[in-house]
Amino acid sequence: MTMVVDARGVGKVFGGGAEAVQALTGIDLEMETGDFISLIGPSGCGKSTLLRLVADLLEPTSGELLINAKSPSRARLDRDYGMVFQSATLLDWRTVRKNVELPLEIMDVPTEERSKRATEMLDLVQLDQFADHYPWQLSGGMQQRVAIARALAFQPSLLLMDEPFGALDEMTRELMQQEVLRLWGETGISVVFVTHSIPEAVFLSTRVLVMTPRPGTINTEIVIDLPAERDLSTRESPRYFELITEVREALRRGES
Amino acid sequence: MTERDDIIRESRETDLLSAFEGDVPVGGRTPAAIREFGGKYLPALLSFFVVIFLWEGLTRLFGIETFVLPKPSEIITSFIETWNVVWSAGFKTLYEAVGGFVIGVSAALLTSFAAARWVRFREGMLPVAIAANATPIVALAPIFNNWFSITSPLSKMAVVAVVVYFPVMINTTRGLLEVDQAELELMRSVAATPTETMLRVRVPHALPFFFASLKVASALSLIAAIVAEYFGGPQDVLGQYIINRANLFQFPDAWAAILVASILGVAFYVLILAAERLFMPWHVSFRTSE
Repeated sequence: MTMVVDARGVGKVFGGGAEAVQALTGIDLEMETGDFISLIGPSGCGKSTLLRLVADLLEPTSGELLINAKSPSRARLDRDYGMVFQSATLLDWRTVRKNVELPLEIMDVPTEERSKRATEMLDLVQLDQFADHYPWQLSGGMQQRVAIARALAFQPSLLLMDEPFGALDEMTRELMQQEVLRLWGETGISVVFVTHSIPEAVFLSTRVLVMTPRPGTINTEIVIDLPAERDLSTRESPRYFELITEVREALRRGES
Repeated sequence: MTERDDIIRESRETDLLSAFEGDVPVGGRTPAAIREFGGKYLPALLSFFVVIFLWEGLTRLFGIETFVLPKPSEIITSFIETWNVVWSAGFKTLYEAVGGFVIGVSAALLTSFAAARWVRFREGMLPVAIAANATPIVALAPIFNNWFSITSPLSKMAVVAVVVYFPVMINTTRGLLEVDQAELELMRSVAATPTETMLRVRVPHALPFFFASLKVASALSLIAAIVAEYFGGPQDVLGQYIINRANLFQFPDAWAAILVASILGVAFYVLILAAERLFMPWHVSFRTSE
């Protein structure tokens, strides 16, 4: 079985000579179809860098990295993944619908098909009534949902999310988490999710990878054995709190 | 912002949508729109008339001579009496200004795209351009008169083109280059080519910069045309007309010509404002009631 993400001894050095910074070292990661993996760790632990290596926005300086058994650059050109950034990164001059259609335009999908797909995606994130609004007319949470619709529009097998809810308030954040779980369940997509938030990582993931800085590496892997169906009661279950404690202690160990 | 956010956040019910319908640009003229229009332009109109009345009143009160500062009433009289001559001169000058504007803006756009596309070009060209920008360009007018023939409107257009070129080129280049890093990453993540990124991200980003520079350039182009005319050439243009009437002590005539120049300048500016709204209706400066 091919892995969605298969990393062996991946490292990344920024710069050269005396100024060189070892951002990542010895990253091993096997991600199967349908996995929901969270990368968590303090600032500077390289979690965003790792995500960018997978996305082929950066190139590894050592090790081997395969996405769907292809090089990251091949995977990017094949549109194997969709990406959601920390800020929604919607283009101000495009309506919500046109923003969702952007990747489809670049793929030369015919107009009719494009519009049909955008409608489906906006239904999926429950923003169909806002299709003709401009981004500035939406709240932060809604903008991020448009960004998710855009990332899913071309039906990639992998979704990469870089602290997507970092700028949202707690209430919106919890709603968005529920939303992402629903999308994940409905589409069967694999997700790599970068976050600062321990409860967020535990609530969403099948596996949490705890990273430590200087140099960035994966320190501990915690399998989240919560039931597949997760809702408010999950957030109040004892097992949820145990797992949160486990992640927190792993982060502490990494600090010392 | 936050208040509206609270209202619409997570709302899936249509009735809540009406809460911010007022923010959506609407085509029709509602009573509120008329009130807003009045509220926006009334103060400007009012201060315009106050200035005119003060000007008229004070020149009468202190008996200021016409050759020092004509009264607005005298200028208006002359404006009406010399209507044909002064407008004909105005349009000839406008022709030079617009011609030079088109040449200058086109050259600026070509340079900007090249600068945004090729790093080498940018690094080689921009410092030179900025240095050239610091040169007082109207000083070139006599030289352009020599190059392009003093009688040809081309010599005036050349001055206008060079004056207009720099602000447009420098601003547009900045707009094309100062793009959010995340937007570039987004375009890369969807495997967009540099041309697609240029058209879909960089160009729309540069439009506000471009139009801001066009507004400056529209005013500059008339100034440059008239100043270039002062350096000699055909007599039937605004610059020469103003010089000739002033030499004959016909100051109200000179002022009437200045009035024409100012009307043309405002009209040119308004035209660009309208184009700006047409080309980027999304822009933050046109959002109502934030």
